[in-house]
Amino acid sequence: MEKGEQGSAASVKAVEIGVAVVIFLFGALVVFDSYRVGAKWGDDGPQAGYFPLYVGLLICFASATIFVRAFRNSALAAESFVSRDELKKILTVLVPTVVYVSLIAYLGFYVASTLYIAYFMWHLGKYAWIKIAPVSIGVSVAFFLIFEIWFSVPLPKGPLEAALGLN
Amino acid sequence: MRNFTDRDWRRTAALTLFAAAAVPVQAFAAWEPTKTVEFVVPAGTGGGADQMARVVQGIIAKNKLMKQPMVVINKAGGAGAEGFLDVKESKGDAHKIIITLSNLFTTPLATHTPFNWRDLTPVQMMALDNFVLWVNAETPYKTPKEYLDAVKAGGGKFKMGGTGSKQEDQIITVAIEKQTGAKFTYISYRGGGEVAVQLVGKHVDSTVNNPIEAVAQWRAGSLRPLCVFDGKRMPYKTKITKTMSWYDIPTCKDTGLDVEYLMLRGIFMPGGVTAEQVEYYVDLLKKVRATPDWTSFLETGAFNQTTLSGKEYETWVAREEARHIMLMKEAGFLAR
Amino acid sequence: MEEVNALLQGFGVALSPLNLLLMFVGVILGIIIGVLPGLGGANGVAILLPLTFSMAQQPGGTTSAIILLSCIYWGALFGGAITSILFNIPGEPWSVATTFDGHPLAQLGRAGSALTAAFTSSFFGALVAVIMITFLSPVVAGFALRFGPPEFFSVYLLTFCAFVGMSGGNAAKTIASMMIGFALAAVGLDSVTGTLRLTFGSTSLLKGFDFLIAVIGLFGIGEILETLEEGLAFKGASARINFKVVLETWKELPRYWATSLRSAAVGCFMGIVPGGATPASFMSYGLARRLSKDGNDFGSGKVEGVVAPETAAHAAGTSALLPMITLGVPGSPTAAVLLGGLLIWGLQPGPLLFVEKPDFVWGLIASMYLGNIAGLIVVLTCVPLFAAILRIPFSIIAPVIIVICAIGAYTVHNSMFDVYLMVAFGVLGYAFKKLGYPLAPMVLALVLGDRAEENFRNAIKGSQGDLTVFFSNGLVGGLTSFALLLLFWPLIRAGWRVVLGKS
Repeated sequence: MEKGEQGSAASVKAVEIGVAVVIFLFGALVVFDSYRVGAKWGDDGPQAGYFPLYVGLLICFASATIFVRAFRNSALAAESFVSRDELKKILTVLVPTVVYVSLIAYLGFYVASTLYIAYFMWHLGKYAWIKIAPVSIGVSVAFFLIFEIWFSVPLPKGPLEAALGLN
Repeated sequence: MRNFTDRDWRRTAALTLFAAAAVPVQAFAAWEPTKTVEFVVPAGTGGGADQMARVVQGIIAKNKLMKQPMVVINKAGGAGAEGFLDVKESKGDAHKIIITLSNLFTTPLATHTPFNWRDLTPVQMMALDNFVLWVNAETPYKTPKEYLDAVKAGGGKFKMGGTGSKQEDQIITVAIEKQTGAKFTYISYRGGGEVAVQLVGKHVDSTVNNPIEAVAQWRAGSLRPLCVFDGKRMPYKTKITKTMSWYDIPTCKDTGLDVEYLMLRGIFMPGGVTAEQVEYYVDLLKKVRATPDWTSFLETGAFNQTTLSGKEYETWVAREEARHIMLMKEAGFLAR
Repeated sequence: MEEVNALLQGFGVALSPLNLLLMFVGVILGIIIGVLPGLGGANGVAILLPLTFSMAQQPGGTTSAIILLSCIYWGALFGGAITSILFNIPGEPWSVATTFDGHPLAQLGRAGSALTAAFTSSFFGALVAVIMITFLSPVVAGFALRFGPPEFFSVYLLTFCAFVGMSGGNAAKTIASMMIGFALAAVGLDSVTGTLRLTFGSTSLLKGFDFLIAVIGLFGIGEILETLEEGLAFKGASARINFKVVLETWKELPRYWATSLRSAAVGCFMGIVPGGATPASFMSYGLARRLSKDGNDFGSGKVEGVVAPETAAHAAGTSALLPMITLGVPGSPTAAVLLGGLLIWGLQPGPLLFVEKPDFVWGLIASMYLGNIAGLIVVLTCVPLFAAILRIPFSIIAPVIIVICAIGAYTVHNSMFDVYLMVAFGVLGYAFKKLGYPLAPMVLALVLGDRAEENFRNAIKGSQGDLTVFFSNGLVGGLTSFALLLLFWPLIRAGWRVVLGKS
């Protein structure tokens, strides 16, 4: 693999252990809440927490196994989970995506989507604005027609739609 | 034994109808929707509330009663809490209405979900839904007494099927148990139609299905109605089967089973809306109720035709809430 | 034969020029709905429902109305496969299993073959189901009545065992993945006792984790993140795109006759029960993987791995209309809305509909034949067009896909929380895939978990705590035994070999 040369951002071992710990905590949470709602085999069959309790225990057990195995396997430490380069690429998409979904609440779906598509084309595709504008706006308008007009499926709308009287 | 339904609201209902007829309707409503109106159904597709909402939507579209479109949105999560919370959070939004069933009362009581009907604005009671005690037609039971005696002798072996848990069907089941000392095993399903089919397939021994959920199976001769949980017989005298109409089903009370229960099918809006906006929907729904389609829908579903709006509706809902708190408490359904 | 006469009359009703036009309109609308994860068949049907009221008032108009609506349904069944294959995003829940081999095929540059195989198998599945409805409906309708909670549980158990079995891979990771799926499925209201569990007081968690949101995130967003890592292009973009690919794939398909027939049978069974099209597609994929010669290569891009789930899903989706007509029990949300439509048009679904409104019923059945033919023609002619979408540059199509995913996640419950959840699932899907956690068991557990648990507990309640209820009659006993046999098959086979002295 060529990944080694690029400089690793995280080893497989670190990620494996981290994910196992998160899964274990999730399992513990499930066990905890199952006890709260009752996890016994009651008079009329299993209670609400009966199955989730065992599901939670199995999650804990499986993640503990994964944790121990990863911990003892020193070869995993040398293996790269993701190189710096790859991580950077992923973050250039993931960060705007997170920004995009959080903007939806303020700007509405259509405006946020237009900005998101435009950013993507500009940053990753290096397109000229003369191409970016029609594509990004066109896609959003198409979605607006499909969802709002034809299928009457209302999506969140923001100040622009309000100003245009479209909501 | 206590009656499960108060009586005097019927009188109020008659008065309201009279009053509504006497006051001239305004020539035009001052407020009108300016965008798509969302009609929230706090229950799944295909159920009684869903059917009624879609009929209302259909009548409005067919008769062009509203300029803006209306969409039905099902928000069934958490026994309807999803829908109620959504409307509660849309305070002041006059483009949202919700149809309720008994889960308006039962869901917050059984799950501690933070909502109450007082978070909403009552608009209009469309009808009340009846409940009928059904058994499989191949069983020998002809009267509630015969059946309940068998249940008593069975000691918990008899299965009552119903929609949801700690909701109207189970409340009625517990009420029957308290009244007669019979003991059922209650099995919950996801929808009323499914419950009726489970009874045809003999996977349960009886149900308290609403008329509209079981009528097809009754007509096909698979089910037998024993009694209706209302204070009076259902008024529909058209023959449904060869020998029987809805009117021919006796009331449970007359047959010695003193349990009454009717379910609200009413419309609410979010809190914080203006009187004008409420007035618009009251007027719209009045037009809906005046159509022949609505009349025939009420007949198909053998609904109790009580309608209320405004203050009377609010009073009725408050009393119904108090009654549900009592019923749920007695049944041990209140959330810990 | 009586049925044939009735059916021919039905064709007479369905074959008017207006109805044919409505058929194509319905199918095309349905395909759009199927492609976009934000729209389900239920949306399309619900939106057009009011429009059909005036139609239903004209003589024979009810048939036209139901043709239009049911064709949307067929279109949606066809359309769900398109985004599954091209982008790993299931447009509809029942096309999740189609992604397992369909998307790898597209990555190998064989998107056209995958699409053709998917559409053709869908058509075949539907055809088998319609033929069954035509000739066997009275027999088959009664069959559904035999399904109570124990029987339903055994059906779900069978789906599980068929899919999971004792396949290879890291056992701890498979268990972790599946159990996370079960845990997520349990979140929300416990339908048996009516209490909330695993919600921790959060109102956003009340409604639980929807399967579609998890799948859009895990598969769709996860796939885009992974693609990014490898460079800014979808694999297989250089695929040949012309109509010849359809004919070539057709030459290959007869080889999979056994899988097709088995999948159609599984689908019909699951549709009638009604167990649903989504479990049907998983069960069928699982069975094909175990029984096919190439089973071990499933997941790497096998046409047979597309044939199996698509045939079953379409057969199930089609035969689900039978319990709707005869029992008034909808087998899917779309069927539920259609059911509402019947009521509003003054038709009462139920055992008597066949007797009282034969014109309508046979018109509907005839439209099932014709609608599916119309659907097949439309989608096949569009195969090159669909495949060409892959040629759109990544930096344009990727954000559009993510926007579609976000809309899809939002519309399930009209909730922004679900959109955030989808992004979280996307990151989870990426990490899990790279660490070798299998995603399919999680998804399957999420689909079936709460249904299986609910029916198990109802069955136990009904039998007063007696576990033998799962063997209490031939039907449930047979299903349970078959499920256990599938689960332990590798062990049994190994044991058998030891007995025979081979090693």
